Amino acid sequence: MMDSQVLERHGLKRDEYDRIVTFLGREPNLTELGIFSVMWSEHCSYKSSRVHLRTLPTEGPQVLQGPGENAGAVDIGDGLAAVFKIESHNHPSFIEPYQGAATGVGGIIRDIFTMGARPIALLNSLRFGSLAAPGTRRLLEGVVAGIAGYGNSIGIPTVGGEIVFEPCYAGNPLVNVFCLGIAPAAEIIKGVASGVGNAVYYVGAKTGRDGIHGATMASAEFDENSAEKRPAVQVGDPFMEKLLLEACLEVMKSDALVGIQDMGAAGLTCSTSEMGSRGGVGIEIDVSLVPQRETGMTPYEIMLSESQERMLLVVKRGREADVERIFDKWDLHAVRIGEVTADGRLRVRDRGTPVADIPNRALTDEAPVYRRPMSEPEYLKDAQRLDLAALPPPSPDGQAALLGLLASPTIATKRWAYRQYDHMVRTNTINLPGLGAGVVRVKGTDRALAMAVDGNGRYCYLDPRRGAMLAVAEAARNVACSGGRPLAATNCLNFGNPERPAIMWQFAQAVEGIGEACRALGVPITGGNVSLYNETDGHAVYPTPVIGVVGLLEHADRVVSGRFKAAGDVVLLLGEGRGELGGSEYLKLVYDQVRGVPPALDLDRERALQDLLVTLADGRLVRSADDCSDGGIAVTLAECCFGARGIGADISIDAAGVSNDGRLDAAAALFGESASRVVVSVGADNVSRVMDQATAAGVPVRVIGQTGGTRLRIAIAGRVTIDVSIDDAERAWAAAIGSYFEKKIA
Amino acid sequence: MTFAVVVFPGSNCDEDAHHAVTDVLGERAEYVWHKETDLKGADAVILPGGFAHGDYLRTGAMARFSPIMRAVRAFADAGGPVIGICNGFQILLEAGLLPGAMLRNRGLKYRCEHVYVRVEQTDTPFTCSARPGQVLRIPIGHGDGNYFAPPAVLQKIEANRQVILRYTDPDGRVPGAPGVDDKWNPNGSVNAIAGICSERRNVFGMMPHPERACEALLGGTDGRVILESLVAAFAGAR
Repeated sequence: MMDSQVLERHGLKRDEYDRIVTFLGREPNLTELGIFSVMWSEHCSYKSSRVHLRTLPTEGPQVLQGPGENAGAVDIGDGLAAVFKIESHNHPSFIEPYQGAATGVGGIIRDIFTMGARPIALLNSLRFGSLAAPGTRRLLEGVVAGIAGYGNSIGIPTVGGEIVFEPCYAGNPLVNVFCLGIAPAAEIIKGVASGVGNAVYYVGAKTGRDGIHGATMASAEFDENSAEKRPAVQVGDPFMEKLLLEACLEVMKSDALVGIQDMGAAGLTCSTSEMGSRGGVGIEIDVSLVPQRETGMTPYEIMLSESQERMLLVVKRGREADVERIFDKWDLHAVRIGEVTADGRLRVRDRGTPVADIPNRALTDEAPVYRRPMSEPEYLKDAQRLDLAALPPPSPDGQAALLGLLASPTIATKRWAYRQYDHMVRTNTINLPGLGAGVVRVKGTDRALAMAVDGNGRYCYLDPRRGAMLAVAEAARNVACSGGRPLAATNCLNFGNPERPAIMWQFAQAVEGIGEACRALGVPITGGNVSLYNETDGHAVYPTPVIGVVGLLEHADRVVSGRFKAAGDVVLLLGEGRGELGGSEYLKLVYDQVRGVPPALDLDRERALQDLLVTLADGRLVRSADDCSDGGIAVTLAECCFGARGIGADISIDAAGVSNDGRLDAAAALFGESASRVVVSVGADNVSRVMDQATAAGVPVRVIGQTGGTRLRIAIAGRVTIDVSIDDAERAWAAAIGSYFEKKIA
Repeated sequence: MTFAVVVFPGSNCDEDAHHAVTDVLGERAEYVWHKETDLKGADAVILPGGFAHGDYLRTGAMARFSPIMRAVRAFADAGGPVIGICNGFQILLEAGLLPGAMLRNRGLKYRCEHVYVRVEQTDTPFTCSARPGQVLRIPIGHGDGNYFAPPAVLQKIEANRQVILRYTDPDGRVPGAPGVDDKWNPNGSVNAIAGICSERRNVFGMMPHPERACEALLGGTDGRVILESLVAAFAGAR
């Protein structure tokens, strides 16, 4: 009988232990206990989230692969599939930012090429504490360098993403990484084992003691002892991954492969049991055959190691030599460590001696599922109350507030980060980072893929359901702005400790919101990742679902970016502002408050807007399109003006009647964050066509001004409130993040 | 004309170079694996960008030991045109086919962005289709592009007119000159050197990526003149 200390170290509850005994019909040995503990960890089993995730829409005619495999896949025409997924590496990145982020990138790339797809683009979504706070710069610098170090080396461009700064992430940064690859639709490879007697191969880096219990670590809260968990963070080797990537893609073309899976979280344990389980077969391996980096490793350590850059393959009988030859070419040593069996069990031996014998299903499909108690958080009612009349008069005024918002690190340009990422390698990138959605052309076709990741923790803190809906809408809207028709989505759900009813309530609400928005916007969820226990010393991060949306442009050269292109164009607003300041960046900056309810969202209107954007782009009717989000329409207009040449604009909008005394009406009009709004610029001869099409689509539209000059002027109800030179505004926006790091060398 | 694109295990711009030569320029290109020993009769050699052998030790340090490099050296010795782009440039330096060395970027960070370079000399097979003084807007993507050579070597390559490309501002003015911001030198290279050739002018290394600037869809075509020069020089030599 295991004592309770051993169980606690393995993150297992007593009733879970009893379940293990029932499955085995006996007490587990320590190796088996370790195997169960990682497979039943929150990270691998989704035991708290599964009942909720089941409600998400996952189907559609475009979906070739939904959740359950290493990544999702959608049909993009020409016989090709886009394979994509997002994943978190939050906990490792807090403990060791460079390696934590680097191995996060490595992991998501493996998920993509495991499906037979060549990875062609990366995105990331990062959240840190306030940039002024101690520690944040070290984390930001390490995470960005880690992403760059891995992605640049392996040669996959990082084409976009987001970075948000908010105090709640200080003790628990979020590092979510997204990868997209292209595969022939008919040749998608699965992580499945089959064919009794087929050889099971191990290839890639040797197994060391790094990362043991990484999955368990990612399933617990942090406290003051977390730094001691550093050995549980893995170290990345992008060159090894590059060799694996090329060699595996070559093996996949050879027709000698049955199935393949990478060894990510829970390493050899997860890959063997999941491949066996999916194929309804068993796998037997001998750990003494596993290449090892250190001496004296126990079966327990070998099975639980999370050493990076390792793959497990099942090879067709008689084709072993073909596979070995390909790996040899890449100086990789593929080692036969076992074979497929008929009995559905994971059998582990050590020099022939049995050390573990577990039914695969007990580790995968039969893992515990919890319907955890939920209750609305106590803070919520009060936090949603926002009485604008009770606020003091705004200071600074409109123009200074705009400059302040442009210089706020969440809104300011992230060029400091993305110029450290190779975003042009593979020569496909047609919308560079910072211009809205990332867009890459698909070589050999006329098409392009647009992709964006978005989330807003503040909105979700104030209303997780609506906040999650807004995240889906914004990601899809960014894709539509570039001209891409949104096809499908992937989600990364970052929340606190699910054992607390308030957190579980946030989670359930957010999943409901995602489901509703995805259904309405026609973007099924094809996979993703759940990251729970994002807490340090009992303080949870804001509930932060991050949504990645992928869209398709039929014609790559009809791509639209967010910047104004020429003087003399007419500026139109699609959608309507209602001056909503709840949860806004303005309220935070000027009043230091995170309050109110997030902007309303009418999903039918949002869908109509997105359909219109795609039609307008395809008809080459708009020169630029940029959605209104953080900082409202004023920030959007400023960003439209920035660029190599910098084009100003004269704009006139209505006041928003939000307060009785009118003193916040101008601010609400400028900086309110009402959803479903896009600023487009249009050549003068196309204005009436655009307006007619918008009206026919049921999208509110109005002319708000004209491009030209070197200043941005915004009049509200006829009174000029903002009159700023583009150079000054751009300087505030461009210098903000770099100024925290400025070190003059030479 | 046939280009050989040498593929090291960590090359990652090999397909980009191949695409630019074949799909954009309409010429032929063959991949040559680094373990091979001959260049299959190619008319020009491209050493593409990437991280040849992971480059954990020093960029390009191990690539010079790859079997194909013996053939590349022989090809260069016979006067054949060899262009090294980014990591390819670093490899040519490590192999001793070009003088000097690469240091970590002045800012200590990897940088990916468009830069401006001025064509200093046009009597090479890599720039013969360009105008003297022509300013090209081409992307860079490197962490170790800070070109260095000791004063004597520097003096010699300047005197021999081996500096082919120099970083400048958009108007072609060299950073460090009065009124020209040093930010236009993206990595701190000595004399703002972005590309040099060998004494015989048939081996050329450049840090910017011309293959990334060959199509309007990607934001510019200024890189084409480098590859088109090679085609023109080959046609002229025949």
